[in-house]
Formats: sequence, C-alpha cells, structure tokens
Amino acid sequence: METLTKEDILKEIEKVSNILPASIIEELKVKLQNIKLTKKSLEKILNRVINEYLNSLVEPGEPVGAVAAQSVGEPSTQMTLRTFHYAGVREFNVTLGLPRLIEVLDARRTPSTPMMTIYLDEEHKYDEEKAKEVARMIETTYIENIIKNVEIDFVSASITLIMDLEVMKDKGIDIESVVNLIEKMNIGEVEVQGEDKIVIHTNIYEINKLQKIKNRIMSTKVKGVKGVHRVIVRKEKNEYVLYTEGSNLAAVLRIKGVDATRVYTNNIHEIEEVLGIEAARNAIIKEAMGVLEEQGLDVDIRHVMLIADLMTADGTIKQIGRHGVSGEKPSVLARAAFEVTINHLLEASVRGEKDELLGVTENVIVGQIVPVGTGIVQMLMTMRSAKNEGKN
Amino acid sequence: MESIIETYKKIKSIQFGLLSPDVIRKMSVAIISTPDTYDEDGWPIDGGLMDRRLGTIEPSQKCATCGNRMGECPGHFGHIELARPVIHVGFAKIIHQLLRATCRRCGRILLTQEEISNYKRIINEYSKRWPELLNDLYTKILSKCLKTKECPHCNEVQYKVKLEKPTTYYEETKEGVIRLSPIEIRARLERIPDEDLTLLGIDPKNSRPEWMVLTVLPVPPIAVRPSITLESGVRSEDDLTHKLVDIVRINERLKENIDAGAPQLIIEDLWELLQYHVNTYFDNEVSGIPPARHRSGRPLRTLTQRLKGKEGRFRSNLSGKRVDFSARTVISPDPNISINEVGVPEKIAKILTVPERVTPWNIEELRKLVLNGPFKHPGANYIIRPDGRRIDLRYPKDLSTIANNLAPGYIVERHIRDGDIVIFNRQPSLHRMSIMAHKVKVLPYKTFRLNLCVCPPYNADFDGDEMNLHVPQSEEARAEAAILMLVQEQILSPRYGGPIMGALQDYITGAYMLTRKETLLSKEEVCKLLYAAGYDGPLPPPIIREPKEMWSGKQIVSIFLPPDLNFEKKANICNKCDECKKEKCPYDAYVVIRKGKLISGVFDKKIIGAGQPESLLHEIIKKYGSEAAKKFMDQVFKLFLAYIDMHGFTIKMDDQSIPIETREVIKGVLKKTEEDTKEIIRAYKEGELQRLPGRTLEETFEMKMMEVLSNARDTAGKIAAEYLGLDNSAVIMAKTGARGNILNLTQMAAVIGQQSVRGERITRGYNNRTLPHFKWGDIGAAAKGFVYSSYKTGLNPLEFFFHSMGGREGLVDTAVRTSQSGYMQRRLMNALQDLKVEYDGTVRNASGKIIQFIYGEDGVHPAKSYHGKAIDVDKIIKEVLMEEG
Repeated sequence: METLTKEDILKEIEKVSNILPASIIEELKVKLQNIKLTKKSLEKILNRVINEYLNSLVEPGEPVGAVAAQSVGEPSTQMTLRTFHYAGVREFNVTLGLPRLIEVLDARRTPSTPMMTIYLDEEHKYDEEKAKEVARMIETTYIENIIKNVEIDFVSASITLIMDLEVMKDKGIDIESVVNLIEKMNIGEVEVQGEDKIVIHTNIYEINKLQKIKNRIMSTKVKGVKGVHRVIVRKEKNEYVLYTEGSNLAAVLRIKGVDATRVYTNNIHEIEEVLGIEAARNAIIKEAMGVLEEQGLDVDIRHVMLIADLMTADGTIKQIGRHGVSGEKPSVLARAAFEVTINHLLEASVRGEKDELLGVTENVIVGQIVPVGTGIVQMLMTMRSAKNEGKN
Repeated sequence: MESIIETYKKIKSIQFGLLSPDVIRKMSVAIISTPDTYDEDGWPIDGGLMDRRLGTIEPSQKCATCGNRMGECPGHFGHIELARPVIHVGFAKIIHQLLRATCRRCGRILLTQEEISNYKRIINEYSKRWPELLNDLYTKILSKCLKTKECPHCNEVQYKVKLEKPTTYYEETKEGVIRLSPIEIRARLERIPDEDLTLLGIDPKNSRPEWMVLTVLPVPPIAVRPSITLESGVRSEDDLTHKLVDIVRINERLKENIDAGAPQLIIEDLWELLQYHVNTYFDNEVSGIPPARHRSGRPLRTLTQRLKGKEGRFRSNLSGKRVDFSARTVISPDPNISINEVGVPEKIAKILTVPERVTPWNIEELRKLVLNGPFKHPGANYIIRPDGRRIDLRYPKDLSTIANNLAPGYIVERHIRDGDIVIFNRQPSLHRMSIMAHKVKVLPYKTFRLNLCVCPPYNADFDGDEMNLHVPQSEEARAEAAILMLVQEQILSPRYGGPIMGALQDYITGAYMLTRKETLLSKEEVCKLLYAAGYDGPLPPPIIREPKEMWSGKQIVSIFLPPDLNFEKKANICNKCDECKKEKCPYDAYVVIRKGKLISGVFDKKIIGAGQPESLLHEIIKKYGSEAAKKFMDQVFKLFLAYIDMHGFTIKMDDQSIPIETREVIKGVLKKTEEDTKEIIRAYKEGELQRLPGRTLEETFEMKMMEVLSNARDTAGKIAAEYLGLDNSAVIMAKTGARGNILNLTQMAAVIGQQSVRGERITRGYNNRTLPHFKWGDIGAAAKGFVYSSYKTGLNPLEFFFHSMGGREGLVDTAVRTSQSGYMQRRLMNALQDLKVEYDGTVRNASGKIIQFIYGEDGVHPAKSYHGKAIDVDKIIKEVLMEEG
C-alpha cells in the first residue's frame, strides 16, 4: 500500500478532533506528519489512540474533589517545614514548602515573600546597561538612600542634605529632581549649595517637628515603583532578567522596557486585579505545582487544576477554608461540621435556612447514602415488581 | 421476606428555625417545677427533672408517656414556665441588631417606604439568581438602618441601644442610660412586622424574633442527659441536669417572690440570676461571665460545649461514627500471602461474623457451621429466625437440634473465613489507598498479617503499628468493596498515575542479584526458585550446557513476563554516562525486554519498585490489567525473595571500613578544608571578603563556609564510594534503591559532616560560642558543628552533642509538620469533597454549580493516565509500526 502524504495525514487526524482533546491532536500531528504511513496503519494508530483515550476517561460520579484533596494533602506530610530556600535566585529568600502551599490555598492578600520576575523587551534584554536602566526605574529609591549625611540646624531651622553623588549617578538621579521633589512637599525654601548640598529653610523652630520633617524627607520616594524594594539583574541564557523583592504588577507593567507578556509575580491577588481571574487561576496552579515540584513530590496537575478552578469559580479568589469555599456552602450541617459549629446553627435558625442534603457531610450526618461515586445512581428498581417477577 | 418490600425512606431536607413558646408547650409532656430529682426511695419525683414521663433510660422500666422500653422510647420533652422572660445568649447579637434597626415605638424597619420596596425587589432578584450574595446585602441594609436617626414611619427619634455582653441592653436616651428589661425587648421585637424582617434576612415563618427571648424553656428528655449509677450505688447526674436543677430552683424562687410581692430589687436580682443560669445552660464559655462549675471545680459541659469542636457531637458523633464488626490488632509481615489477602487471627475470626441467608444450596454447609458453634473456628455466633428473633449460639446445650431446624429464610451469622471480603485500614487515612478491601486468610497467632507490597499505600511498617479491619455486612457493600476497593484495583495511585505498590527493600536486592549478568543457576536451584514462585511449566533451554547445565537469572525472570511484552528503561543503578550505550551498557543498567524476554539490564527500584511510574510494573498493569499485576507481584516477587534466601545477604562492620590509604586521602581532604576555612575566616575578619549582592557580610561568610564544608563531605564521600564497589552489600542496597543512599554510606565510612539547625551551622548555646569548650568568637568548622568523625569511628562528645541537636530538630520538625499539614488536608477535604463528575462530564459541586466543564481539561482520570499523560502516543505509534513491519 502506498504511503500517505503529509497533508492526508493531517486531514485524517483532523477528522477525529471531535473525539480527542486538543492536546492529543496536537501531539499526533507533530509526531505523525513526518512518518511514512499507509492508510491502514494510520487508521490503526488513530483507532488505538481513541480507544485508549476513551478507556482512560473519568467515570460519572467519580469524587474528583476528594481525590484531589487527598492527592495534595497526602504528600504535604512529607514536605519540609523549612520556610526559606533559595529558589533560583540566590540573593533572595523565598518562602517554599508547606508554608507557601498553605499561603496559596489560604489566598492571602500578600505573600510573605512577594517576588517578581521581569523579562525585558527586545531593546533592553540583551544589553546589561539598558537592563540596569530599567532596573533603576523599578527599584524604589528614597532620599535616605542617596544621601551621605543629613544635618539639622535648630538655630536657623534648616535641614541640610549632603547628597551621595556617586550613588545618585548609579541610580540615574540628578540633583534638580530631588530639589523639585522636596519643593513639592511645601516645607520651605529649598536651596542648592555647591555641588552636593541641599539646604531646606523651614520656619519651624520646634525640635520635635523638625525631626519629623526630616524623617518625612528621608522617606520620600525619589524613583521607582511602590512596593518593589530591591531589584537584581541576572543573565539568564542570552538575556538579562530582573528579579525583584516586593511586587507591584500594575506599576511595573507601565515601565518602559518591560516585556509585559512575560512579567510574573507570585502575588496572586495582584494578578487577579490586573490580568483577571483566569490569569489568577493559572497563577494558583503555577505556584502550587511549583512548590510541589520543588519538594520533589509527584502530583498530577489535574488535582491542582481542580483546586484552582474551585477557588476561582465565581470570579473572585476564594480561600480554601472557613472564610472561603467551606464557609459559603449552602448546607448548614456541612458548615456546622467544619468549623464554628454553634454560630452556623444559630444563624441558620434565624434565617430559616433549609438544608437540602445535597452534599457529602450532610448525608453522612443523617445516615444516608452519600451522593458521590456509586451513590450517584438515582434510579431504583421497584421492589414489588422484582418480587412478582421472582414468583413467576 | 418483609424486608424485600420495605419502603426506603429518604430525608429530603431539614428546615431550621426557632421554637415558638406555643410549640414548646405543645411538644412538652410535663411541666417541670420541682428542683429535685429523686425522692428518698430513689423514685423520680413527678414534676421533677427526672419525671418518668420524659422517657426511660432503665432497661426494666416502661416509659410513662409512650409505654415503650428503653430501646424504643425516643424520649420526650418537658418544659419550664419561666417566671420572667430571659434572653437567649446565642441570639444576643441578633437581638441587638434588630433593636437598633427598628423603630423603638412602631417597630418598623428604619427605612423609607421607597427603600423598603426597592430592597425587596433586589432581594427577590438575588434569591432567585445569586443566593450567595444575600448575606452581604443584609449587612448593607442593616448598616443603612443603623444610620437612621429618626423613624421614617412615625417620626420617633431613635436612641442608641448598647449591648453589654453577654445579655444586658441599655438605651441611651436623653434622660440618661436606661436598662432595657427582657420584657421590654420582647415587646419591641413583637412589634416588628413580618415583612420588615425579611429585609434583615430573618425568616418570620420559622423564626419570629420575640422567640429569641425565652418565656418557656424546653427540658430535654432524660435520654439526652442520662444519670449514671456508680458501683457504690451513688447516682451521679449529668451536667445538663445539674444546670436545669439550678434553673428550676431559681425560677421557683422568683415565682414565689413575685407572688409574695417582694421588693423590686430582690426580684431583679433573682431575675438576673435566672438569666445567668439560662446563659450558662446554653453556653458555658460566654465571655464576660464566670463559667458554671461542678462541685469539684470542673466547668460544666453544657449545650454548646456538647456540640462544639473536635470532641463535640458534630465532628465526633455525626461526621464520624463508631461501628460494629470491626477489629484492631498489631500487624506483621507475611510474604507468603497474596497482596489481596490479609491474615486474620483465628481468635478474631471467631468474633467477626457475616450474615448469610439460608438457601437450599447452602443449608448443609451452614448446618455444619451452626453445629460447630461459636467456639470452634468455621462456626457461627447467632441465628436469626424468619420472625426476627435472634438466637445466641453461645448458650444452647444442644446445637444439633438448632442446626436441624435451619430452613430457608433463616439467617446465620457465621464466622468470617478464607475468601471473605473485609476492609482494612491504617490511620492516618491520608488517601484512599489507606482503606482497601482484602480477602480474609485465617491464620494462627494474634496479629494481622499483610503482604509487604501493600506497606507503601498504608505507609505501614512493623515496629508496632496497629490496623483496623471491618466486615461489610450487606451484599451491596461486599460487591462494592470487592470490585472497587480490592488491593489490586488500587495499585495505580490517582496522585501521579503510576503504581504505588511494588517491590521494596529485599525484593529489590533479590531482583537485582537474580537478574545481574553473573548469576548462573544450576538445575536444582532453578527448580527451587520456580517452585517458590508456583511455576509448573517446562524449563527453558539452559544457556550453558557444558560442563553442567546452567540457567541465567534473566532467563528465569523471563518465564514470568508476558510473551508479547516490549519494554525499555534505564535502571536505578544507571551511572548517567554522557553517552548512553543502551543495550551494551557496561554496567548492565539498561533494561530491554523484547517479546517477553529480558535481553539486558537488571531489575531494581526503577523497574519494579513501589511508587515508580513508567516502570515495568506500570507497563504490565496498563497493558494486561490489575489481575496480571497482582499475579506478577505474587509470583515473581516470591522468586526474588527465594533467591535472596538462597544466596544470603547481609551487611557487616567491614562493609563500612576503608583501607588506611584511603582514610589518609580523606584525612588530607579534611585538612585541606580546614585550611580553606581558615583562609575564609581570615578574609572575613580582615574585611577582605567580598559581599554577595543582597547579602550581609555575615550571611556571605556563612554561605561560603557551608559551601566549603559541604564540598568537603562530598569529596570525602566520593573517595570512599570509589573504594566501596558493587560487591559491597551496603552499596548494592544504595545503588539499586533498595534501602539507604550513598550519603548514608559515606557518613558511616568517611565523615558525617556539618550538622545544622534551621539550615544554618549551629550557633546557639553560650555567649559567642556554642559550648564552653571553644574560645569566645570561634567561628571555625568544629566550633559550629562540623563532625569530622564517621559513624564507624564514633563521635567525640562535642560532635555527639551537635549531632543530637540536628537530630532533635528533625523530630520537632516532623511533629509540627503533621499538625499543620493535617489541618491543611482537613480544609482541602472539606472544601472539595462535594465535587464530582456528572454524567455530562462536567465537574460540579453539591448544588450543581459547574466548577470545570471537562475534568482536568481532557477528562482523563489521573490513575488511568500514563504518569499524567492522557495516553502514550509514542508507544502506540511504535507498536503499530512494528506490527505493520
């Protein structure tokens, strides 16, 4: 028999795309298009693939939730408790292991170690200088960081800043911009003396207040993105990548030179706010899988996917626990059996709630068959007729 | 026969609500008005808390209300008519909200008519579409009400109502702060119209707010608060009864005082006291008031405490229940039984029973069992006659008449015997493989026996572990257990899509030694081995004929491989060379099976080990099913054990010793390290050390030191490992993955290395030093927990101390971790347990909300996947191309 052309093979594969998921179709295309195949063997391959695929599907009633919970929970007993590890970047400590996993499932507002990975666009990514330039735009710099010394003169009620020109040059800040900044604060007259001196004349002669003003000046942001404390430039393969301690996705995306399609943060809520719930779902999967993989634990991604999908099912990130998924269950008994039993019962009675007994816990409590697995079957044989048939 | 047509009742829903005083009175069978329980003769007093009408808890008595005996009488409520109303503590907060949200004069909600109709519309809409949003809406409405200063309906000025915890309310009027009595509160709540309540999320049909102020108190039946009679004959009452006695006593005092026209002050005091007792009756842990105590000083366990927490009714008795037909004992290993079996001690087998219905087909057999009675093993403990009477076979003297009287329709509760399906479990039940079905194998002695291959799923070992066994009693339960839960059906773990069971420890060592190249077996040996595996077919032709017939180990293993099996994989002993020579691997580490014949490679952990996806075992179970995998594990694994038995395998002290020359080299390495560390310390002290970006100088120094020291151990280990070859038993175990690793070996033979606490060198102890044996500020290797000795040479006292510090950290870590991960798993389970795959392939929660449209984006079950991949496309292509030539 003659061999099929590449186009024919692709066409044949396309024909079964309504049965097989896209990922397998893609794999088949890649792997088959360059092989010499007769029509018969192609058919045989496709039939076997379809057969095996259909045989490996989940069955209706499968308690996938419970399986997912077990599959993530069981290996977590083997995880290290040690919080800090150097994940990729030696310079930063990153929370990993069980604490990080709990953090992800808790849907905490801010992770204990927020971190960003920032990739740069074509223009900036190959040049170290240009990469550093972007880094400077991102790293927050306070006046405190760019001065050598500060003096308060209580007699003339003035504050003198002696600037560190070297650091300023390195960070790309000129003295005028600092002066402008201080002027905007409306403290008093600002005067530049010599090359590196900035004198601020205030009319306040109270020592305490003057001290406070000094502190305010010190903590004024000169440059950078709020929340990002430190930026480190590293060469990875053939491009320069920025790693940051602290995270602010919305602001970083606006910085010029950043490749907005590849920026990543480990703050899931930021991702949700900026990129939407689908992105947040992917971030949850990525973070949770990352922790598991780093610990060398083999967990199927489908379990993590289910957890992420449940957490994000109604458009906002919900915690796994009392203040999220479990607390919003419609069943009174299920909630009462989990945590804060009494409050749920009292509230249910006031609200006149009705427990429809659709979940697992409720049915365990009342001693009925649980509606998952083999308990999913609703149709029953009428016993009377069965008995009659037996007689006949 | 009645049982067949028994109607099957199902609870459809449970409605929650408050009991109105009327309902409480109606369901009550007795007014309780005497604070005493029993009279001098020990009889319950009528109208007392142990009134006979409330039900009986003594087996000999009949209930005065329903006439049933202990088992049947469900108990009946009584009630107490409170002389003055009291607040229900649990609702104090809601009452407070209601008082503030409604008008003090007309009782209307503090919203304009317009707002009312508007919100009603929204509530209507929400409850149809997004019921989960209602809660937030109610809080919003409430906060809006709280802002209103004047009633929009009757223009009455509203005052602030304050709640002083737990149950006292004050109103801050112009004239001053006035206390609101429960009577006043109840009157106000009564005035709130039904329709206004719905705006605050209260369902007036099931819970009128005035019912939260109690005028009658239900008295629970005696069955809820049973008294216990101690051996001495002294009766001890339940905590609830104690509390109720207090309530009745004060209530009666209050009533008398009111009737006698006592001064207001005294009445108020008593009223307050009544409120206290009712409060603690409901909840004895309310903040703000002292908990009511038992005479001994122990706080009473009242209603809230009974329900709450891990030991409370919900988690302890409703979500989890105690069962009959269960057994527990120590486990021990038995490599001779199948993985599907569990060895049950005869003693236990004589207690656990299975009900078997008598039919014409089994009547003879069951007669024999009945004749054997309850004390001889395959016997029976009870007979249930068709009329439902149960006969205990322990007592009748003549079992033969009972046996002869057996007829179809009788049920015999016979002892469990070989082949019965039972459920076996080891806590903590972290995943579904912690509870599996086994087939009974009745054995002597007193422990449960299990095949070693099922240790990984249960996470069991034999250092004193105990396990539980349950006997399913219905045909459905047995069928489900046998089809879904049987061990062989659980070999593939849904966690990662690979076999969780498989060879471990000696199995792996045995397999390796049998399959390695140099193993040649005489006919006698081959026969011994094959006999152990239960093989009775012909022998393959020997690979060596002269001078003596010899077979290779690979040949023997091949006998048991399916004839159409093809398999290729790198074994665990693979040296990870730069270029893999595949079949021609000099270490015989590349396994090739062609047409069921083991061509090259050895069997080790990667090939047959437990928890190894994409292994030979995985291949077999995927291609030939769980039955074949079970057979493989039952037969071939026995072969491996038989071989290691025959060959002998042990480790000895000598295995860990290395010759003096090698020791010298290691010493040299350590000396070199010593110098390196000194150099780093010098650089650090003189400020020459370059700070790493983002690190302090100290951190940099510590990182450098750790690096140098761990390198030292690694090189020392490598030198030692070079000397220890594959003829060393310990090395065999480490390399094949049977037990231990190379690190363990180097620690035994060469150097133990740096001990650490919290990932750092040991720093704690005295000021500026870890132990007084070091100089102040010593930051060298030895002073910070580097152990130069090996386990074989032994540690010096200082080293021993550091080592125990590291060891202790490990123990603490595990203890902390188990609690943390346990709670995480409980939360995960609770959040996810209702999710299931529906008939349309979607994943939904209990209320039918879609969580995923297709499970896992491709609908593939992880346990049926090939290590996460839906299917192994490569393999199929390869197979088909081979078949087609």
